[in-house]
Amino acid sequence: MDDLAGYRIEPYVDGFLPTAHARIPRVRTRPTRLDRLGTCRARLGLDRNNYTVNPGLYAIGSPGPEAPVIVTANYKLTFDTVRFALTGRDLWLLVADTRGINIWCAGGKGTFSAGGIAEQVRKTGLERIVSHRRLILPQLGANGVRARDLRKACGFEAVFGPVRAGDLPRYLDNGIDEAMRAVTFSLRERAEVIPVELVLGWKLILTAILVTAVLSLVGPEFSLNAILQRWALAATATGFGLTAGAILFPLLLPALRTRLFSLGGAGLGLALAVLTPAIFPEHSWVATTGAGLWTVSLASWLALNFTGSTPYTSPSGVEKEMRKAIPILAGSTVLAAILFVTANFL
Amino acid sequence: MRNFRHLENVATLAYDRDRCVGCGLCATVCPHRIFAMRDGKAEVLDREACMECGACALNCPTSAITVTPGVGCADYIIQTWLPGKRGASCC
Repeated sequence: MDDLAGYRIEPYVDGFLPTAHARIPRVRTRPTRLDRLGTCRARLGLDRNNYTVNPGLYAIGSPGPEAPVIVTANYKLTFDTVRFALTGRDLWLLVADTRGINIWCAGGKGTFSAGGIAEQVRKTGLERIVSHRRLILPQLGANGVRARDLRKACGFEAVFGPVRAGDLPRYLDNGIDEAMRAVTFSLRERAEVIPVELVLGWKLILTAILVTAVLSLVGPEFSLNAILQRWALAATATGFGLTAGAILFPLLLPALRTRLFSLGGAGLGLALAVLTPAIFPEHSWVATTGAGLWTVSLASWLALNFTGSTPYTSPSGVEKEMRKAIPILAGSTVLAAILFVTANFL
Repeated sequence: MRNFRHLENVATLAYDRDRCVGCGLCATVCPHRIFAMRDGKAEVLDREACMECGACALNCPTSAITVTPGVGCADYIIQTWLPGKRGASCC
């Protein structure tokens, strides 16, 4: 297989395991440079929507027919997390076709489902490779997989394993415990989503910079110096908004005294906005107030948007907060623009 | 996750104890540990922790649990507000 014309072995495969039924690719369980590079690119949102591995059956170590089968998604970040957690183990990894989406989101969308897993079981001939009839599913896939449907569809029993792949070794040795069943939102987990929020927000950032550049031109005085000063003020206000809403907010989330994301973001925005008059003493208070209001509005919106990255806000709650916050944010953004332009005429 | 709470009294989670057959799947799958088994029936320990992922309701064999699952991204919700924009994408 490794010398077939036109084929190339994936860099995460280090050999093939012969079984009576088929040759199964065996995956590496330590990251290579390519894996690390790919992780960085995905975390930066560069090819996050097309970061996949081929679905099917893989081997970790040298599993036999009795070895457990762990089911995962074909998003490569997920696939990597699972195989790197299983260094030194002998087991099977059945990768479902989730269209390159992580388990939880794929479950919600219906691409990680009993039908999809059963299809991979049939395609790979799993029932001829293992002697047992048991699949270990990630617990977070339970929003897409009805366990009894899986048994009906392919005869395999679904067992929900831990939430986090990192707990798999402990789970395989000692079984489940409460801590493995609960989601967490640690500082590290919150920090990991910051880059992608910033990169995916490039349209908003670019629009903000362009609009403020245009607003800087409105006014009776057309000296290059005056325009540059206004532009520097607007760009700083936008930068403060991004810092507060997309960096400080995720990091400080559990310490904030409010449950409202928009209010928490606005508060952090305000904490930075009060620095504006000190940094730009040459501007009138009207201009710095307008800029500060823009910082607060942007930080608030970005924080509200961060609900989508958390594992605890419900769609009902997010929608309720949005209905209240968005009209206020729209109003404060317009007011910020009016103040900013008014200052050009003073 | 006790430090992480959003709005109260909004989640669509509903539980009908009479229909529960005590299989315990809800207690297994809930990532916020909302259910526990007591005297052969499920019990709701912490309804306000619900994020409406839908895992419990999907796996409940008797529909004793119901919840309207959904995607909690602001972008997605805005897309559903706009006319003619169904099946918007997220994540």
